[in-house]
Amino acid sequence: MRKVTAFLRGDRRAVAGAAVFTLIACAVLLAPVLAPHTTTWSDGGPFSPPSADHPLGTNGQGQDVLSHVLYGGRTSLGMALVVGTGTTVISVVAGLVTAFLGGVADEAISLVVNVVLTIPSLPLIIVLAAFLPPGTGTIVLVLVATGWAFGARVVRSQALTLRRRDFVAAATVAGEHRRRTIFVEIMPNMASVIAAYFCGQVVFALTAGSALEFLGLGDADQPSWGTMLFWAQNDSALLQGAWWTFVAPGLGIALTASALALVNFAIDAATNPRLRVARGAAARRPRGFRRATAVRRG
Amino acid sequence: MAEPLTAGTTAPPTGLLSIENLTVDFHTPRGTARAVDGVSLGLFPGEILGLAGESGCGKSTLAMAVPRLLRDPAVITGGRVRLGDGDGDGVDLLGLSDEELRRVRWRDIAVVFQNAMNALNPVLRVEAQLVDVIRTHERTGRREARERAARLCGLVGIGADRLRAYPHELSGGMRQRIAIAIALALRPRLLIMDEPTTALDVVVQREIIAEVRRLQERLGFAVLFITHDISLLVEISDRIAIMYAGEVVELADARTILDDPAHPYTRGLLASFPTLHGDDTRLTGIPGAPPDLVDPPPGCRFAPRCPSAHDRCRAERPVRVTVGDRDVACHLYGPAEVTP
Amino acid sequence: MSFLLRRAAFYAVAGFVAVTLNFLLPRLMPGDPATTLFAGYADQLGPDDLASLKEAYGLSDAPLLAQYADYLRSLLGGDLGTSLSQFPTPVTDLIRDGLGWSLLLGTVSVLIGFTAGTLLGSFAAWRRGSRFDTLVPPLTMFVGSFPYFFLALLVLYLFAVRWQALPQGHAYGMDVAPGLTPEFLGSVATHLLLPATTVALVSVGAWVLSIRNTMIGVLDEDYLTMAEAKGLRTWRVMGHYAARNAILPTVTSLGLAVGHVFSGQLLTEVVFTYPGLGNQLYAAVTTHDYPLMQALFLMITISVLAVNFAVDALYAALDPRVRGAATASS
Repeated sequence: MRKVTAFLRGDRRAVAGAAVFTLIACAVLLAPVLAPHTTTWSDGGPFSPPSADHPLGTNGQGQDVLSHVLYGGRTSLGMALVVGTGTTVISVVAGLVTAFLGGVADEAISLVVNVVLTIPSLPLIIVLAAFLPPGTGTIVLVLVATGWAFGARVVRSQALTLRRRDFVAAATVAGEHRRRTIFVEIMPNMASVIAAYFCGQVVFALTAGSALEFLGLGDADQPSWGTMLFWAQNDSALLQGAWWTFVAPGLGIALTASALALVNFAIDAATNPRLRVARGAAARRPRGFRRATAVRRG
Repeated sequence: MAEPLTAGTTAPPTGLLSIENLTVDFHTPRGTARAVDGVSLGLFPGEILGLAGESGCGKSTLAMAVPRLLRDPAVITGGRVRLGDGDGDGVDLLGLSDEELRRVRWRDIAVVFQNAMNALNPVLRVEAQLVDVIRTHERTGRREARERAARLCGLVGIGADRLRAYPHELSGGMRQRIAIAIALALRPRLLIMDEPTTALDVVVQREIIAEVRRLQERLGFAVLFITHDISLLVEISDRIAIMYAGEVVELADARTILDDPAHPYTRGLLASFPTLHGDDTRLTGIPGAPPDLVDPPPGCRFAPRCPSAHDRCRAERPVRVTVGDRDVACHLYGPAEVTP
Repeated sequence: MSFLLRRAAFYAVAGFVAVTLNFLLPRLMPGDPATTLFAGYADQLGPDDLASLKEAYGLSDAPLLAQYADYLRSLLGGDLGTSLSQFPTPVTDLIRDGLGWSLLLGTVSVLIGFTAGTLLGSFAAWRRGSRFDTLVPPLTMFVGSFPYFFLALLVLYLFAVRWQALPQGHAYGMDVAPGLTPEFLGSVATHLLLPATTVALVSVGAWVLSIRNTMIGVLDEDYLTMAEAKGLRTWRVMGHYAARNAILPTVTSLGLAVGHVFSGQLLTEVVFTYPGLGNQLYAAVTTHDYPLMQALFLMITISVLAVNFAVDALYAALDPRVRGAATASS
């Protein structure tokens, strides 16, 4: 694990991703300080383009877009982090339990996981959310309920691989309690996999949650990046040429998502040495089909 | 780094293949490891030359350097690999363009890899893998190529019906026979066999060895046969080269190596395998481990493990010289003083 | 063929789960299911209509199991209920048109995404560490992290509103009559271009990464060295030896990805008012047309399962080792 953190520290992608994410998180947390207006203020005139007064323009209701992006980010990021944490916990528990119970329980849960994975998630999420009262709580509930399956499968296969390794076998032979084996011997060795999965889940929750809000299944009065896009679509901002109303929240989602994807990417590379491109001279030496020319005359 | 070499170590110009002073470096994060260090070795047409040594001694690297099949961290950094063309100096394979090299590959030099399961393409039928190499190098119709594929199968003792099979549907021995059939498809002059029987059980191993011998006598190609199992070489080779830590330390006729090994390492290697005829000799391993090639010992590389090592061995690198009917690189033999 | 049989059995189970879920959803929600279902329409529909709707929907005082049996029976008869927003049209009539458009859009965008991803990913792996390799995969990943509906809005704004280069929505122009005429097909193609590109752009990053990573593994395989040793021409080595093998693991994940792409496609359809299942689902959600919504969910799920099975068949065709073998591939 220490090696992984050391590698990440040296990986430009991870550093860039973490920096962008931290920047966004700070801006959103400091919304009361940074935002020029409150979210209820609406005297800017509909669809005014970006100006000194309104750096990101105003929306169809004459509200300041920058303020909405900052305050809305709190809802969006908060929701994504809650869902990310929730699904990760469920995935880890479900994955470890199935891996260690084995037998019928494993088969049954694996079947459920595979079935859930095969059923397309978004339609299910939309229909589920449509049956419940619209709101952020509904979105969190629905996303947690449907989002854990893939992680459970990843954790399960990782745990099965780890269980076959010597140190786990040694712990078992040494008479350690099974629960202890799982949490003391195996969990720490999966830290990077779980971290990567968590990043992926936050991205999933952010985009899926925003999609639900965009479709009008969220709380339309609670500013968030998704509801901003919902209003932009509803107020025909596109046809009015008011690009700033959807570009600002959309970029918020996209930047957060790609920042976390970068971190995820780097963790992946750190834990899978085959994918790592060596630095220095070797990194520039072509591989594969240029191998035939790998002759350097002294 | 280049060591002075005595004239007797390079192959005569009539040879099929002449490796001269070949050096291969591995660029590792810890530094450069010289996996093949100025090796010179010659092959005559139609002979079987065995190349033996512990794993990691550079024997496969040396062999793969000939058709330039080395992979990324390995780079050929010096020397020549001349392929004889009957008269004159032959061509230096290291100087060929990619396209020229592509034409030489398999037509002149074919390779049989260690594990045919991995070396055969899992998603193509055996026939397709035979036909594609024939049709790439020769102007042949699909039908004629198929007929030739069937004949090649027969040559290695496999029914033509197996041509429609995928590699995973064949047994290990059959796969290796197919690999040999593919290798012989273009009647190459040189066959490089990189531990071709290691993945097989002993009985199949013997069958394959006998098969190679038989085919070689019939078709007259030369073989560079690489193995860590020196007892196999004794059966099949005309000459044997022993490699240690990137160098050829002894080179002689198979009988000479077997009956009268000169280099202490060769003796150790022979002692670690039971002889075929069940002689009641005690098996003794060689104590210690091969040196770190990023930072090799200053003198003879075998000195730290050598039972006969003396002060000079730890200080000065021995040069390969011809002693009687063999070449050997050891201070126990050859000139008492070498002052380069 | 046992591989395909096993997969078919699995999809049957998955389909059955979806069908059951569909049955349980309205009944598991808090409150009286009938009230929830028809809440938005209580005023428009008379009590008689409501009663008949309730019956058609299988909501009775009968025990749950009996209701379930009823529900399965009408499903088998092809009866998915009656639309509320376009009462009394059967939802199957509404869905039929949407399914065609969705399949067209889905097929085209997956083909574009997969082909482009395979080419870019292979090339990145072959030139590992090159400028191409350090730029292109991260770039496609960046675009891949855009939410579908955001990229759709962006593309729609730029190409259709700002530059007016392509139509703003719908599947074909109002001025052409449907039929196998060049005008109509051309109109369909221009209307397809923006939504298909959007879906392909978002999904291509995953393909690039997947192909690149498996290709790097394949390049280390002995059969690739042997192919080079055989002196085969580069295109043959790339195609029959490297790509054929590198595509296999990606094809197994293709099935899984089809579900994701379909999800994204639904949102893209909404933005482009493309008359597929996604747009209909959106309309059903906004009009609280629960019967239509549920029927769409079933239809989408079954389409995805069918596509998954097709992908498995493709996998079996590409990899001789899984055909009839006992290899699990879940």
